[in-house]
Amino acid sequence: MSLQVLTYIFVGLSFAVYIGIAIWSRATSTKEFYIAGAHVSPLANGLATAADWMSAASFISMAGIVSFMGRDGSVYLMGWTGGYVLLALMIAPYLRDFGKFTVPDFIGDRYYSQLARMVAVVCAIFVSFTYVAGQMRGVGVVFSRFLEVDINMGVFIGMGIVFFYAVLGGMKGITYTQVAQYCVLIFAYMVPAVFISILMTGQFIPQLGFGSEMTDALGGGYVLDRLDGLHEELGFSAYTSGDRATIDVLFITAALIMGTAGLPHVIIRFFTVPSVRAARKSAGYALLFIAILYTTAPAIAAFARTNLLNTVTNANYETMPEWFRTWENINLISFEDKNGDGLIQYVADPEVNELTVDRDIIVLANPEIAGLPNWVIALVAAGGLAAALSTAAGLLLVISTSISHDLLKRNLMPGISEKQELKFARIAIFFAVCIAGYFGINPPGFVAQVVAFAFGLAASSFFPAIVMGIFSTRMNKEGAVSGMIAGIVFTASYIIYFKFINPAADVSTNWWLGVSPEGIGTVGMLINFALALLVCRYTAEPPQDVKDMVLDIRIPGKPGS
Amino acid sequence: MSESDSNYWKENIRLLKILLSIWFVVSFLMSVIFVDQLDTIRIGGFKLGFWMAQQGSVYVYVILIFVYLKMMDRLDHKYHHEEKDILSEESSDELNNTQS
Repeated sequence: MSLQVLTYIFVGLSFAVYIGIAIWSRATSTKEFYIAGAHVSPLANGLATAADWMSAASFISMAGIVSFMGRDGSVYLMGWTGGYVLLALMIAPYLRDFGKFTVPDFIGDRYYSQLARMVAVVCAIFVSFTYVAGQMRGVGVVFSRFLEVDINMGVFIGMGIVFFYAVLGGMKGITYTQVAQYCVLIFAYMVPAVFISILMTGQFIPQLGFGSEMTDALGGGYVLDRLDGLHEELGFSAYTSGDRATIDVLFITAALIMGTAGLPHVIIRFFTVPSVRAARKSAGYALLFIAILYTTAPAIAAFARTNLLNTVTNANYETMPEWFRTWENINLISFEDKNGDGLIQYVADPEVNELTVDRDIIVLANPEIAGLPNWVIALVAAGGLAAALSTAAGLLLVISTSISHDLLKRNLMPGISEKQELKFARIAIFFAVCIAGYFGINPPGFVAQVVAFAFGLAASSFFPAIVMGIFSTRMNKEGAVSGMIAGIVFTASYIIYFKFINPAADVSTNWWLGVSPEGIGTVGMLINFALALLVCRYTAEPPQDVKDMVLDIRIPGKPGS
Repeated sequence: MSESDSNYWKENIRLLKILLSIWFVVSFLMSVIFVDQLDTIRIGGFKLGFWMAQQGSVYVYVILIFVYLKMMDRLDHKYHHEEKDILSEESSDELNNTQS
């Protein structure tokens, strides 16, 4: 069967499953719509959280980033997993015990302040929209490459599917489709990885494979040693060593970790389980399922890099395999024969280098590069779509609850009935899908830059406010609000300056203390903590009922007031 | 807050301090600050620092959460929070069943 037919079958089957689940899991109350009735088992929530978390960026781009950055790529591997330890130990169980629907719910109630609630709502909406634009774009790319439909058509189909199960089922529908999507995406990620590991090293566990010796046919020797050698020959720095300054790596890792622990679409997943213990347990499952992909990614990265360098280095352009042309046609590979010798020079020196390779190719083209059968390639297409759709749905739900629950019910229109609130939630999700689709079709040029924004803002606003709200009974609204605002303003100004106002200045010599805009969220977070603790010392204590609530959420089984 | 509750919280905080210290050492010391020193040690085809940064740290994170789960189960049992928790789960189940 041709690749295209196979892809249609795989993608079509997976979509049919998602729609079937949506019809089966309609939501009838706001509790079901917002938090799936708090009836999700820890295992199902772990699977759903993993799919929610692993986006088009994790599935399509991450192995590629690591492949091109070598050891420096570790910031993403640790940054996007390490936050789960903080979530499990410091946030999820307590917010579950608090027992409301959203993150702004907690911030607003804990700091007895509508201003605090509004700051949280604005951050939640901004962070989620930033993120969702990238997902819709990922859907478009997969459709255009593998199904050969127009990229806009791809976005429309993706929107339609998400719209269907998110509007119908809310969190309940999203949760159970995410469970299915995790299964699709992890299978699609692992099959090519295992194949390639066996082909190159004879070891079927990729995590061990990239630390093993290559098969005799490929010349033997450890994979990573070979890769370091190839890098040196071509003038790149060794794959297993880093280029970035240690201080910057430290701050970026910390910003991604704290940002992960503060992202609302992840935190609300822990509201869907029935108990505190279930929240702890599902955080463990979630990270376990995430770790399967995240520890495979660096293996794919190393294998793909070796394969790529072996295939292109000083090879004749005319004899390049078919995949090279396919990706060249959609401009993800470009070759310019600078010295006119007909051979490909892929080297570190930009004056001599003739080949530009987009990082997204590493995962999408890896099966083709390694010569794997067509059904594996079709599977990767279905997996990429599952990753993008599951994350998009989770984010859209945060946007919808922020509007219908935090903004309308808890602030502007407290008198609305549950039925009306549910209607507003569905309307909000409809508009959110449309806006997300618009960004998918007309991607703002700054999607890549704003990712730093999403994590920086989450790290410098939510993370300190939530942690202090749980671990300090003394923290008051003056402290929390001034800390959040200072953290956000500092982080946002730094990023806006280097990414939008003066991008030319975005080089390490101009960075404050050598911290790049990607890592500045860590500094924003420290400012937030410091200012909040200082202000709270000189202002009134929080009211007794708030203090009691904090003490209650620390003890499982005592619901917050 | 009763004395039992405040003891429960103190033990919880002590556990957090231990686990988060391990988390900090693995993430920031072994995988970032002292990565080059660790790279002088080799295990098979991996340099240790590189392996910690791309593999080991993630494994440690998973283990930390499951250790926390186990220890908190023990703590909940010791302070009898376990039973309360199960009761509240069941009662909320019943509540929802009658609603739907």
